[in-house]
Amino acid sequence: MSDNLIYAMEVTLNGLMAGVLYALVALGFVLIYKASGIFNFAQGVMALFAAMTLVGIEKGQVPFSHLINAVLGTEVHHFGWHLHSFLAIAFTVVVMIGLAWAVQQVIFKHLVGQEPIILFMATIGLAYFLEGVADLMWGSEIKNLDICLTSNLCMPQGINEAIDQTTYEWFGYGFFIDNLDITATIVAMVLVAALVAFSQYTKQGRAMRAVADDHQAALSVGISLNFIWVLVWSVAGFVALVAGIMWGAKSGVQFSLSLIALKALPVLMLGGFTSIPGAIVGGLIIGVGEKLFEFAIGPMVGGATENWFAYVLALLFLVFRPQGLFGEKIIERV
Amino acid sequence: MSVEQMTTTGVPAEPYVTADGRQIGNVLMEMKNITLRFGGVVAISDISFDIREGEIRAIIGPNGAGKSSMLNVISGFYVPTEGEVWFRGSKRPQMKPYQVAQQGLARTFQNIALFKGMSTLDNIMTGRMTRMKTNMLQQAMWWGKAQKEEGEHREAVEKIIDFLEIQAIRKTPVGRLPYGLQKRVELGRALAAEPDILLLDEPMAGMNVEEKEDMSRFILDVNDEFGTTIALIEHDMGVVMDLSDRVVVMDYGRKIGDGTPDEVRNNQEVIDAYLGVEHD
Ligand SMILES: Nc1ncnc2c1ncn2[C@@H]1O[C@H](COP(=O)(O)OP(=O)(O)OP(=O)(O)O)[C@@H](O)[C@H]1O
Ligand SMILES: [Mg+2]
Repeated sequence: MSDNLIYAMEVTLNGLMAGVLYALVALGFVLIYKASGIFNFAQGVMALFAAMTLVGIEKGQVPFSHLINAVLGTEVHHFGWHLHSFLAIAFTVVVMIGLAWAVQQVIFKHLVGQEPIILFMATIGLAYFLEGVADLMWGSEIKNLDICLTSNLCMPQGINEAIDQTTYEWFGYGFFIDNLDITATIVAMVLVAALVAFSQYTKQGRAMRAVADDHQAALSVGISLNFIWVLVWSVAGFVALVAGIMWGAKSGVQFSLSLIALKALPVLMLGGFTSIPGAIVGGLIIGVGEKLFEFAIGPMVGGATENWFAYVLALLFLVFRPQGLFGEKIIERV
Repeated sequence: MSVEQMTTTGVPAEPYVTADGRQIGNVLMEMKNITLRFGGVVAISDISFDIREGEIRAIIGPNGAGKSSMLNVISGFYVPTEGEVWFRGSKRPQMKPYQVAQQGLARTFQNIALFKGMSTLDNIMTGRMTRMKTNMLQQAMWWGKAQKEEGEHREAVEKIIDFLEIQAIRKTPVGRLPYGLQKRVELGRALAAEPDILLLDEPMAGMNVEEKEDMSRFILDVNDEFGTTIALIEHDMGVVMDLSDRVVVMDYGRKIGDGTPDEVRNNQEVIDAYLGVEHD
């Protein structure tokens, strides 16, 4: 087998793994959009907020310490503990659920029935507000995120080596894959499987699908829209946390993390705004597409194609299949 | 004759048995002086009537009379501007529609509100929502128990599917079904809740004669077999006269008649409203 082909395979594999992350972010958008018709501009910031909260809690940082010290004239910064990752993640999940509840009660409960553009504007407001809160709470410096599953297993060591060896035996050439990417892929797959199981087989999952389909009908069978919206924002918050962890572990937790939302846009255009499988497949296509394009065509046009490739692909899709890959095209009865 | 004083006279005030052997009980739900305004439009004007346990109660009237509005008040979708709703002998506090549903009331809509992307089976399954006991945490922790419950609900749903004779479309997304079948699925979803009161807004609108006959039979069977109290809106006079025990007649938001089919049929004001005689 030619070296080039093997290299292309490796690029594809890496692209798939980047795609998993895109899919994860897009998933957060789809969940909220389906259930409430809100295009949540704040999804990226939620990932940032979640990742910062996780780091803060794990490292025992005192929230709002700048503010507290300025007001009270004290000098507190740390609680002096270092929490186990699992515990920190659990606390962060609680915070994200609290955030979901607050967002629904304070903002969107009062905007029921408003035009989509107004809802969208509200999420822009939410995005900047949340970014400010994150800054005030945890400070703006770049933080390292290290998640340890057990005390001696911080990010699975050895998986990459195993793959490297296996592939070497198969092809006479080792594949280099980032350990983090492997973890991300596994986590994302588990998450998606869990989400699908939740929405298909549980009472609340069925209620979620019902609300996504028809509000009036959902009310008539005894579903509280408000509860479902809090639930959906919570799930989206959890997805944001996972995305934030993966992205943050790769390039540090910093404010640019909120820009991953921009990566999700072309994925949504490709996959459709209301389709969960669409978000996943769309994410993978964009991930692989942009890596392969850079690999094959990049050198001819001077590189840096990853910046625009996804958007061009999405635009082409918009022209030929505006409802996306799996988007439901319902023809209105007139 | 003043409308407000007019009450049903054609049936006994105490629980009784109908000519076809069905048991009619005491008052289950009572509307007291309901008024509903939308800005300047008075959709319902000071209307009182009751619904008795086990009966089939029809609401009729010309287009725009306020029938659907009344059904929406009963099911909590509209909050009346004035007046009270009484249920099982006590005043109902202001409730959201989903709370009313949890209290044992199920309904269908004039313009069909189904989950269009879901199958017939899933649609009817959502009707079981108020009957599902285990919550999210329990479902996550006792998978086995949740599965058992799911199985029981499935069984109930299959019975309804058999009852409504829609086995052939169990797996079809309801958005693809013809209108008449959609109406039937919507009825199935309401039945799945095993409601104390079933509200039907024009269950036979847009159906052909055969479909209407089927639907009439289902409604009668539900009432007969399960003793479900039913309130329905219907335009087809023949159907109303055949099905209902008592009829409320509305016109321009007012109640102009209330009684047995025979009584309202012979009421001059009702005849005028239907013949389009000019209003005062
Ligand atoms: N949500 C609403 N907002 C404003 N006006 C409303 C609303 N719902 C009903 N109305 C008005 O209330 C009046 C009664 O309407 P309603 O739908 O209750 O009549 P109906 O008896 O069901 O008529 P139909 O036989 O055509 O279904 C109408 O004038 C209607 O325009
Ligand atoms: Mg109506």
